[in-house]
Amino acid sequence: MSSDNVLKANLITGRTVEQGIAIEGFKDKPEYIDAAGVVQVDPSDLKAVNIWPGSTVLAKSDYGEVVVKAARSPYGPHPGIVFIPMGPWANQIVNPDTDTTGMPSFKGISVTITPAPGQKVLDAITLIKTTTKGGVEA
Amino acid sequence: MRTVTDIVCPFCGTLCDDIEADIDESGKILQTRNACVVGDNKFMTLQSPDRHLHPRIRKGGELVECTMDEAINKAAEILANAKHPVYYGWSSTSCEATEAGMALTEDTGGIIDNTATVCHGPSLLAIHTVGISTCTLGEIINRADCVVYWGCNPVNAHPRHMSRYSLYKRGFFTERGKSDRTEIVLDVRNTETAQKADVFLQPEQGRDYELMDALRVAFRGEPLPESVAGIPRKDIEKVAQLMKDSRFGIIFFGMGLTQTRGKHRNIDIAISVTTDLNKYTKFLIMPMRGHYNVTGANQVSLWECGFPYAVDFARGFPRYNPGESSTTDVLMHNEVDAALVIAADPGAHFPIDMVKRLASIPLIAVDPHATPTTEIATVHIPSAMVGAEDEGSAYRMDNVPIRMRKFVEPPEGILTDKEIIERIHERVKELKGTPSVIYERALEKPAVTVTAPSFDSLLQKAT
Repeated sequence: MSSDNVLKANLITGRTVEQGIAIEGFKDKPEYIDAAGVVQVDPSDLKAVNIWPGSTVLAKSDYGEVVVKAARSPYGPHPGIVFIPMGPWANQIVNPDTDTTGMPSFKGISVTITPAPGQKVLDAITLIKTTTKGGVEA
Repeated sequence: MRTVTDIVCPFCGTLCDDIEADIDESGKILQTRNACVVGDNKFMTLQSPDRHLHPRIRKGGELVECTMDEAINKAAEILANAKHPVYYGWSSTSCEATEAGMALTEDTGGIIDNTATVCHGPSLLAIHTVGISTCTLGEIINRADCVVYWGCNPVNAHPRHMSRYSLYKRGFFTERGKSDRTEIVLDVRNTETAQKADVFLQPEQGRDYELMDALRVAFRGEPLPESVAGIPRKDIEKVAQLMKDSRFGIIFFGMGLTQTRGKHRNIDIAISVTTDLNKYTKFLIMPMRGHYNVTGANQVSLWECGFPYAVDFARGFPRYNPGESSTTDVLMHNEVDAALVIAADPGAHFPIDMVKRLASIPLIAVDPHATPTTEIATVHIPSAMVGAEDEGSAYRMDNVPIRMRKFVEPPEGILTDKEIIERIHERVKELKGTPSVIYERALEKPAVTVTAPSFDSLLQKAT
């Protein structure tokens, strides 16, 4: 169900080959943002809510929110499902509940995607530093 | 320039062991051959000029470079003073480093846990429940004529898996490679793996359990509803028949099952599907392990204390209760007061609430590169990379151990993971003033000798 400019979707996260490359030595570099700071949306959903591929969007769930770039999913059709590669951006909004198994719920999270013009996708290090206390001394 | 052959790639659980690298006179890696794009990148970025070559300690809110001795000492102080530290990671390092980690954990009464927690931990829980029928990848090469990928995308996550083992490779009974195999893919998206499959089913997200239950019904020829999990009955029956008609089948499964609603129950039933199929043909199942040595971390943990991950030594003996003793849960419940992270990056790969907790306790990060974890750490110790700068044992996803090769020297002053853990352990022992529980207590105790009674004494007793 989606209304004007608000896409209600089911989020899944996971590996992509670009993300796999970026995690080896590029986690503090822009390559990581391009690889994992994106949300892949089905082309029909992009059209329905007037979101342009490449534009910044706000992904929001019950557990948090994060600004990422919208991208046209190459693996459609999968209307209603959006995909963010595993990484610090996806983990801002996934469900930490492990159902007493140790495994958080990284797939199947209700999210909304709305346009966020003018907002910036933070790099991984800045994102983690700003959303946590940034580490402690001992 | 020299060329090194038979290098083992330290990226994914496929552990490709045919990599070649050209090295110049100064020890710089010029190029690699045979590796996938991710493996190649892992080798080529190892010697990047911006790699951290000095340990760092947090001072005044910033990470400040220090000597290795200072970093080891600070790390040991943190761990010796902690009541309940957690030791997490171990999946991208050698079994030998994990072994050293087990000893350190026991001496400090902590929790040792590997990345299986957020990967195939649910698969291990399911194996405890229903067992598993599995095999080595060599069996797949030579025999498998029906290959099922369920909730996994090897084209992206294990790029050479299909060509080396599971689909394209020609084997003894599969002489024509892919032409001799039927590829079935089940995924919620039409991924690259799915796009070239013989049969692709796209179930509704989070409803894999129901679909597998429907397959079990279809195997028995009993009636099914019109559709299950969005898949029409005729498609379910077709796939069930294809599986039953095969000579040797294999189900590879990934995070699509373990991270979805149902978690370990999804794997329970996937293994039960496999068991059912063995009434008709030969069918096996294998998890697609991610980190190259996450299987080895499980193995070391198993042979050291009997449990594969999430082992808590707080009471002085190993206790295992994933959901209570896993790193994710102890962070959520504020049950640890220090952490050592090695060969993993929970800062990037844990849900943010857990990362917030990690950032609020003293954290030691051992990693060659800068990562979200190292940047929120109290102490960052850069290490040598196993598989290039250090040798060691690793286990492939089918539990076959393979020796990782060392073919370049680490930068000056950089220690291996094993050395770092051992040096921290030595210092912890000095600070605590107690002998190592694992090694020294065993040495102190005299061995009990039992002498068998002589034949004469037995004869005397009898008469």
